[in-house]
Amino acid sequence: MFKKFKPLISVVMGLLFLIVLSGCSELAVFDPKGPNAETLRDLIMYSIYFMLVIMIVVYVLFAFVIVKFRDRKNFNEKDHEPNIHGSTKLEIIWTLIPIVIIIALSIPTVKVLYELEQPPKETAHKEPIVIHATSADWKWIFSYPEEDIETINYVNVPEDHPILFKITSADSMSSFWVPQIGGQEYGMPGMVNDLYLQADEPGIYDGMNSNFTGEGMTHQKFNFVALEEDEYQNWLKDTQENAPELTEETYEKLMLPETVEELTFSNTHLDIVDHGVDSGEYAMKIREKYGIEVGVQDEEENDQEESDSTDESNSHHHH
Amino acid sequence: MFDFIKDNLILNDPMLIGANISILLSVIGIVFILTYFKKWKWLWTEWLTTVDHKKIGIMYIIAAIVMLFRGGVDALLMRAQLTVPNNEFLTSHHYNEIFTTHGTIMIIFMAMPFVMGLMNVVVPLQIGARDVAFPYLNALSFWSFFFGAILFNISFVFGGSPDAGWTNYAPLAIEGSTGPGINYYLLGLQISGIGTLLTGINFIVTIIKMRAPGMTLLRMPMFTWTSLVTAFIIVFAFPVLTVTLALMTFDRIFGTHFFTLADGGMPMLWANLFWIWGHPEVYIVILPAFGIFSEIISAFARKTLFGYKSMVISIVTISFLSFLVWVHHFFTMGGSAAVNSVFSITTMAIAIPTGIKIFNWLLTLYKGRIEFSVPMLWSVGFIPTFLIGGVTGVMLGMAAADFQYHNSYFLVAHFHYTLIAGTVFACFAGFVFWYPKMFGHKLNERLGKWTFWFFTIGFNVCFLPQFLLGFDGMPRRVYTYGPEDGWTGLNVISTIGGIGMGIAFMILVYNVYYSFRYSKRETTGDVWGNGRTLEWATTTAVAPHYNFAVVPEVKGYDAFWLMKQEKQKEKIEYKPIHMPSNAGTPIVMSAFFFVAGFGLVFKLWWIAILGGIGVLACLAVRSLRSHKEDEGYYVSVDEILKTEEKKEA
Repeated sequence: MFKKFKPLISVVMGLLFLIVLSGCSELAVFDPKGPNAETLRDLIMYSIYFMLVIMIVVYVLFAFVIVKFRDRKNFNEKDHEPNIHGSTKLEIIWTLIPIVIIIALSIPTVKVLYELEQPPKETAHKEPIVIHATSADWKWIFSYPEEDIETINYVNVPEDHPILFKITSADSMSSFWVPQIGGQEYGMPGMVNDLYLQADEPGIYDGMNSNFTGEGMTHQKFNFVALEEDEYQNWLKDTQENAPELTEETYEKLMLPETVEELTFSNTHLDIVDHGVDSGEYAMKIREKYGIEVGVQDEEENDQEESDSTDESNSHHHH
Repeated sequence: MFDFIKDNLILNDPMLIGANISILLSVIGIVFILTYFKKWKWLWTEWLTTVDHKKIGIMYIIAAIVMLFRGGVDALLMRAQLTVPNNEFLTSHHYNEIFTTHGTIMIIFMAMPFVMGLMNVVVPLQIGARDVAFPYLNALSFWSFFFGAILFNISFVFGGSPDAGWTNYAPLAIEGSTGPGINYYLLGLQISGIGTLLTGINFIVTIIKMRAPGMTLLRMPMFTWTSLVTAFIIVFAFPVLTVTLALMTFDRIFGTHFFTLADGGMPMLWANLFWIWGHPEVYIVILPAFGIFSEIISAFARKTLFGYKSMVISIVTISFLSFLVWVHHFFTMGGSAAVNSVFSITTMAIAIPTGIKIFNWLLTLYKGRIEFSVPMLWSVGFIPTFLIGGVTGVMLGMAAADFQYHNSYFLVAHFHYTLIAGTVFACFAGFVFWYPKMFGHKLNERLGKWTFWFFTIGFNVCFLPQFLLGFDGMPRRVYTYGPEDGWTGLNVISTIGGIGMGIAFMILVYNVYYSFRYSKRETTGDVWGNGRTLEWATTTAVAPHYNFAVVPEVKGYDAFWLMKQEKQKEKIEYKPIHMPSNAGTPIVMSAFFFVAGFGLVFKLWWIAILGGIGVLACLAVRSLRSHKEDEGYYVSVDEILKTEEKKEA
């Protein structure tokens, strides 16, 4: 039985390793487009090398003992020593080795943790652009307080420029994540989490909410769009001049649990409510006002069907 | 009342109607069989009212296997939905319910009861005891777990299941979730949690106070050690869960604001409290698994366990560390670099004692004479597979890198590698290993090997690709994805692996039937011929209800193995044995807990109050009758002789 399967196992394992090796370079986390994601990629690769060495050592030892000491017809009785019960020397060695490895992993981890609290070094001379990223079930609201514009479900940024995202949420806990640009951070009502991000190449990158927030969570995605500097400036000017104003009524609608398409406004919601201070009360009041009650199953399901259909018709127009 | 049933019985989904009908048919079938063969009385006296730790253990294991089926069907439904992009097999709402119940059931109603079932069967035998310290309490533990599980499971067909994830994070679970689902979660876990806490207390007292003469702490078998440490973790961790669940129950049912968005509630508090219990919970299911592997590896390598003392030190260390790492479940919640650094290092530190154990197991195999029977296959297969879970755990523990792993399929793959390769492999290993102790015959080896290979290969094919999906930015808990995301290929492979595990489960179930029909009946206690610990010292394959005719004397570690070396036959003189009486109140009281819980789920106060009164009445009955029940009875020397002679024949 065991022998019969041996070739099969090696084939399966071989295939899996092939997938791992061939796939790596194309995977989002291993294809960073900004300094933060690069730092994280390097840290991850550093840890992977350690892990591979550990695995190889254990696998070789493991293969050796189970092949050499398996009970079989020509088993050499001398190989069997049933009474070995320990070796202080060995046990100390394999306590110390992991300690050394943990230290070797802790130092860069702590370094990177502190590094990520600062804007990227390469562009430290540039003043970061502040963008508020607010999650509301199930959409992302981006406010540019200095430029006085607001976008929904997409965010435009200039390349090679540090951006300070101020992440918060109007209701549920969400997680702001653009894998190719940097690591994620939670958005919570009544709190603001700072996250510096920067894109090195123009392009459209997938952004999402990776924390579960209910039925529409899967569709709570956004495009993270890195533009060339002058393109970005043109977009800003165009938006400030031509985009509609965000009215209180429009904003209230954004608080309802459904998905919407991409939208652009020539002012921000920050005059209406600051979710970084509001504990979620605002969104709850709006939902009450519009008759969305928690605990009523049927209504919720109908809402979901509607929001699903709007999502499908969601067109991507940001240039 | 009729309207209430009509409104909550879920009949708008063909899949659920199918489930309703099959549940109904099974119930009718069971009732028919019991009536036809006149087995009701037997069921009541032999099983439902039993206080015998072995029978309670067997009932735990049966319940756990049923739950493994339920959780496994959930898993396959999820894999079916994710196999191809833009799949419309399940709606978002249905998918959310399924992954929530999958997680909750597998952890709370499958892994834990399976481990506790094995603990119940084995630990008293391993320490040479007649039963646990509080047999009555033990029955109550089981039944409250059982009725908690039932309450949780009926949500599936009556009223709707919880849909906020197994972590049930506020504020979503309070303000974003509709229907009674979350109430089912809160009360199902609460009721079964009572049982778990009682088990913790019971096993601490049992192991500390009831060891056979000569069994010092450092002569205790490894599984007993891990069970003891686990019992301590339970006693420290479960009260946190009890309080946390109670607070949210107040939020949901009585309108308080502990975790709500409005009126000063603190949703973050839920996350902290949940993981202060939740992280130790992970070790509640993994430490006994380590114990099981230690016993089996030592038995089939025909060697004493390598590094016994460092094993003990490492499990105690792990149990301490398990309480110091909970923040690693939310490194991305905006904690300062300093806070994240501290929890990052404590998390990675768990790799040190775990590494010690891995090397000790390897050295136990070294210079052994390894027999690859089925329990050994699971135990040996555990080492390379679990290692993948271990190293990815260290990667996740690096807080900065976690910003890229958190909430992604990398995490999903990691914890399945630890929980399946650790706990589930151990449950299967222990199940096969101690099967003859429970049922008097072995499981078929050939079918067992098929199960092992289908499961292990299927498992790796299922979860290895998920590490890559995580690296490619696929978040957990999404119910669908688009072809442009590029996740299709890996998801297809993953589903194929999932099917492999499903097939393995079916072979296992068939094996139980096949072995019951055809396996050779075992007659001696030491069924595998290489038993090292006291459970193999009982004279028959199925240990008699009093366990040991004469309490064994322990002369060192591997007590039974030492006895076999000595081989001296003394003249045995039997004495009457005192055993506890059966009791009906544990099952009745737990049923009333269920009634009360059901009432609270739907805010039907009269039902809740009725259940509460029932519980109090059972407590009163027990108080008034306890002197009678605790008198127990004596097993006569005649009966002992009869039982003990059976094996000689």
